[in-house]
Amino acid sequence: MDRYINAPLKEEIVKELKAGDYVYITGVIYSARDAAHKRMYEALEQGKEIPFDINNNIIYYLGPTPEREGQVIGSAGPTTSSRMDKYTPSLLDLGLKGMIGKGKRSQDVINSVIKNKAVYFAAVGGAGALLSKKIKSSKVIAYDDLGTEAIRELYVEDFPVIVVIDSKGNNLYEIVMQSS
Amino acid sequence: MRSIHTDEIIKNIKEMCIEANYTLASDVEEKIRGAAQKEDSKIGKQILAQLSENLDIAKNDLIPICQDTGMAIIFIKLGQEIHIEGVNLEEAVNEGIRQGYEEGYLRKSVVSDPLIRNNTKDNTPGIIHYEIVPGSQMEITVAPKGFGSENMSRIYMLKPSDGEEGVKRAILETVRLAGPNACPPIVVGVGIGGSFEKCAVLAKKALTRDLDKRSELKHIQELEEVILKEINELGIGPGGLGGRTTALGVNIETYPTHIAGLPVAINICCHVNRHVKRVL
Repeated sequence: MDRYINAPLKEEIVKELKAGDYVYITGVIYSARDAAHKRMYEALEQGKEIPFDINNNIIYYLGPTPEREGQVIGSAGPTTSSRMDKYTPSLLDLGLKGMIGKGKRSQDVINSVIKNKAVYFAAVGGAGALLSKKIKSSKVIAYDDLGTEAIRELYVEDFPVIVVIDSKGNNLYEIVMQSS
Repeated sequence: MRSIHTDEIIKNIKEMCIEANYTLASDVEEKIRGAAQKEDSKIGKQILAQLSENLDIAKNDLIPICQDTGMAIIFIKLGQEIHIEGVNLEEAVNEGIRQGYEEGYLRKSVVSDPLIRNNTKDNTPGIIHYEIVPGSQMEITVAPKGFGSENMSRIYMLKPSDGEEGVKRAILETVRLAGPNACPPIVVGVGIGGSFEKCAVLAKKALTRDLDKRSELKHIQELEEVILKEINELGIGPGGLGGRTTALGVNIETYPTHIAGLPVAINICCHVNRHVKRVL
């Protein structure tokens, strides 16, 4: 099923999304990958705040290439999500509602997605040029020193993703392998 | 004795880093475009169409094919009759990478220490494999390697009694475990034989071979074909979301080995299988 939704997310919309749905996202999302996750996780452990309001928001696992003059952002496809697994349940407990990446997640993450009624989307890996066209603005908002791994606030329009793990824990990767 | 100045090496490596990240080698591009026609799965077909469109956008709008523009892997076949003038060769290669990644708007993805993890901010150092060969030419292959797929690669130290079946099982297991993480459709580079490190280098080298060129050894050629067929029956499909296009090709390189061993390395590469070769 094709769905057009807005970011930040609303819980009643997230609950309607099913593994296998094609979803087009419009609105503000945040990029963060390995180093930014580590830093946010350490901040939380020390009782400090993370640099943006994560409530109902979507994190996109992305480290783009540098943009040329006149471009909003460089190549901007998803990175492998499992490297963020260690840090993800804490962020979901804090209100993170959606994640965009590629590849499998740990059971801990899946349990946390169910508990927090969140959703995990995949974007097409290796289609960074195409996906960059869906990003209409980009601004580094934290951890500037991390270069490509800094946290960016992105405005996306009809950003194409597929629901892989829905709020009930259905997992498209498993469904596909069972049916083949 | 022929002389090559390192300025020429720097310039070529710079250009090759850029070329590799914006335009796929024609063999890989044709396989992706061809697969879209043959794929039965609806979602698989759609993803392959997006990958084809992505290649067009990369070329026309000057955006790298993938945001992971890789760690620069360089193979150098150096004719032993060549004299190199200028700076030392390793510095020249890294300078070429530095200039290529800066001028080509490519991502700097290298950290200086694997545990401390500070970004070197110029994508150096690269990883250089030298081979000294007869003659007075220098062949350079630049193969920027993304790590989504690199992380899904494996080495097996099999027993001789495991034989061909053991090799097949190891490759299929690696591909199955990689699943959606390695950005299928993938290219599978396999090194069989040698030693622990030799088979790994062979597997990497196998990834730089043209996908239309089969092994010259008949039994290996058959193995490449059989394994490709079996991989594509796993059902992983484009993006790991189902379909018959899980791999675009399987390239196997071999080397003599010890009476007690059967090392096998499987180096997985995503569909952005970059490799550019030039002869100086």
